[in-house]
Amino acid sequence: MESGFLLPDPEDDDAAPFWQGAARGELRVQTCASCGRRRMPPRPMCPSCRSLDHDWHTLSGRGTIWSFVVAHPPLLPAYQALAPYNVITVALDEDPSLRLVGNLVARPDGPINEIDPTTIRIGDRVQVVFQPVDDMHLPQWMRTDERR
Amino acid sequence: MTIKDRTAIVGIGQTVFGKGLEASELSLACQAISMAIDDAGLQPSEVDGLVMYSMENGREVEVARNVGLGDITYFGEIGYGGGAGCGAVGHAAMAVATGQCRVAVAWRARKRSAKGSRPWANVNARLGGAQQWTRPFGLLRPVDEIAMLARRYMHEFGCTRDHLANVALAFRKHANRNPVATMYEKKLTREDYMKARWISEPLCLFDNCLETDGALAVVIVSAERARDLKPRPAYIHSFAQSIPRQHQVMTNYFTEDPLLGPSWACARLLWQHSDFAPKDVPVAQLYDAFSPLIPLSLEGYGFCGRGEGAAFTQDGALEWPSGRLPTNTAGGGMSEAYVHGFNLVLEGVRQMRGTSTSQVDGAECCLVTSGEGVPTSALLLRR
Repeated sequence: MESGFLLPDPEDDDAAPFWQGAARGELRVQTCASCGRRRMPPRPMCPSCRSLDHDWHTLSGRGTIWSFVVAHPPLLPAYQALAPYNVITVALDEDPSLRLVGNLVARPDGPINEIDPTTIRIGDRVQVVFQPVDDMHLPQWMRTDERR
Repeated sequence: MTIKDRTAIVGIGQTVFGKGLEASELSLACQAISMAIDDAGLQPSEVDGLVMYSMENGREVEVARNVGLGDITYFGEIGYGGGAGCGAVGHAAMAVATGQCRVAVAWRARKRSAKGSRPWANVNARLGGAQQWTRPFGLLRPVDEIAMLARRYMHEFGCTRDHLANVALAFRKHANRNPVATMYEKKLTREDYMKARWISEPLCLFDNCLETDGALAVVIVSAERARDLKPRPAYIHSFAQSIPRQHQVMTNYFTEDPLLGPSWACARLLWQHSDFAPKDVPVAQLYDAFSPLIPLSLEGYGFCGRGEGAAFTQDGALEWPSGRLPTNTAGGGMSEAYVHGFNLVLEGVRQMRGTSTSQVDGAECCLVTSGEGVPTSALLLRR
């Protein structure tokens, strides 16, 4: 891979629709077609009702920083070149127990090390953006002006 | 029916701990197993049970052919890396207690300095499964994965770096009393800790375990057989494992309450099968790949209430000899050696034998735990 980043398999058995949605700018979450429960990460069977049927629902892409780290070397080369950089976990508005890991970026196409990590707080409000990396689109996060 | 006190650890063996040891992992495993059999006063031909970590590179057949073991009638392996240690001993104990074998060996050999010993550094393949949700974003190493939980824990419960330093300093003091510990001659001060370089904020260098080459092994027999052997038996009083509901290995961020880690479910069965309660336990060996696992484990195993694990570490509570719960009395993974937590099992046995370099006088029992943050296991050893 040109970027040197570790990337998902776009044909992953369970997650392919998520990555297809990301390429279209949609944050989609697997939802049980039988009982309606959302689940993350995606998987074949609903742990609530054991149904194998599911849909993909597009969410607002808004959420709150649940936790974060600031990674320092030693790291894989492509990542070490950007260190220190933040990694955040976001709790999604539609259901705070649905979480996604990503990076806090300053611009829709900004790098993962542009935000001063000392300004990041648990509880910061964020909105998803999708960044192209090689042949994939990764969900990343920008702060919004809202306060919680 | 439980296996309470029906089996005992009667032999322990360990190689030197180091970096860049010449011997292969298989050779290290055979050396440790051989020493453990000698320590028990048994013959290799009497060994008929083998339990190992599934991440082990040497296989049972190779071990048996090298050490000259007898006909093996029980063998098995336990998964999930550092979560496996107490599980391997527990499965061996169950096999002995149920007559599937008579003399069982459990072990772990590891060369952290060897090429390919870091599964997270494999950059060639596309990511599937759980990794695809975290690694593309640079959450690469085990320390990054635990730092994410640690930051949340610190936020929710008021844990500070001072609390994490209490953990690192206590284990270092114990290592400074243990001549075979990697950090035997290296003191650590609070100032050293506070000035250390970051690895993954909020965790610094001294919040991390060591990188160690080495191997350790134990021999398990029935309580009846143990009485005829020379070493003082460390009885396996209680044993439990857990994969808590909806758990995801290491990156356990997707459950309703990720800070209720695997310790909680493991502890319920462990204490249910035990004559002892947490308040009766005078010494513990808690899995410490990273310092924040200690407050999480103190809570999960019931030494304090939820959210009180950080405060528990104050006033030298983890320190030998006078702390409320001297913990990792040989130095643990952070200061003795990191062999996937198996050195904690051997230190538990030494506490029951009365031979620890930081011996808790008259300790009747010792809790030993395996990896928090992964499917886990625990043992309560009894004198």
